[in-house]
Amino acid sequence: MNYLKRIIYGCDKATMTIEKKLVTGSLTFREKFELRIHFIGCSVCRLYSRQSHIINELVKQLLHSNPPANTKLDDDFKKDLQDRIEKELNKN
Amino acid sequence: MGIDSYQLDPHQWVKQHADYLYAYTIKRINNHELAKDLVQETFLAALERVDKFEQKSSERTWLTAILKNKIIDVYRKKSSGLLKESSGNETEQDFFQEEGHWWPDHRPVSFGIEDIDPLVSKEFNSILQKCMQKLPAMWLAVFTMKHMDDEETATICAELKVSPANFWVIIHRTKLNLRACLQKNWI
Repeated sequence: MNYLKRIIYGCDKATMTIEKKLVTGSLTFREKFELRIHFIGCSVCRLYSRQSHIINELVKQLLHSNPPANTKLDDDFKKDLQDRIEKELNKN
Repeated sequence: MGIDSYQLDPHQWVKQHADYLYAYTIKRINNHELAKDLVQETFLAALERVDKFEQKSSERTWLTAILKNKIIDVYRKKSSGLLKESSGNETEQDFFQEEGHWWPDHRPVSFGIEDIDPLVSKEFNSILQKCMQKLPAMWLAVFTMKHMDDEETATICAELKVSPANFWVIIHRTKLNLRACLQKNWI
């Protein structure tokens, strides 16, 4: 009974398992079983699971979006940099 | 020379690749001065190992690989404290009671995140960015490597010198904090 109680009350463990599932795409049989039992009684973790999945998608889209058009180096910096490279090349 | 062999042309490096490398860095380290330094260091380091270029990858791929290592060095340096470094962020005890249940005031509630079209919502993205910037450097590094470059967990652990157990703690805490921050700020 204690085992079942821990599954039912264990939102800390359930949310960790949800993160594992999102990152690895796979869970052990035991993890799947325990999460399913937990979800039956816990609408809060069901909601967490949905939101966590969406957050990952939103973060991915943010990280993969193009940087603003002004994310460019200024010309002076570039000129100095190429000059420095030429200097290094001439050393050899 | 076969089609598969690539050549280096350092005389064209800045013109061809500097803006690309700079944008690549800004997305991973949101700091303009540091990003400029890293681009410069990348070219100079590349010059020193021109003889190690194997012609198997393009010039840009090769330069990006050098830059990536430098970015990981920065992540590593920034995150010396590791798990202790959770300043201003909350840990498991803040979210969950002893027997594992959510504290009532930390419980997730529906806050409309399901309906956001991220392509439209600039406002949401700026909140998301702010919430991410609040995370400790190590957490952000792990999160970025996972979600931007889709790195293997083992690779992230090895490169950032994090144990697999700590990796999961970081992922878990990051998400708990990020979700809570979004719920608080996106109403």
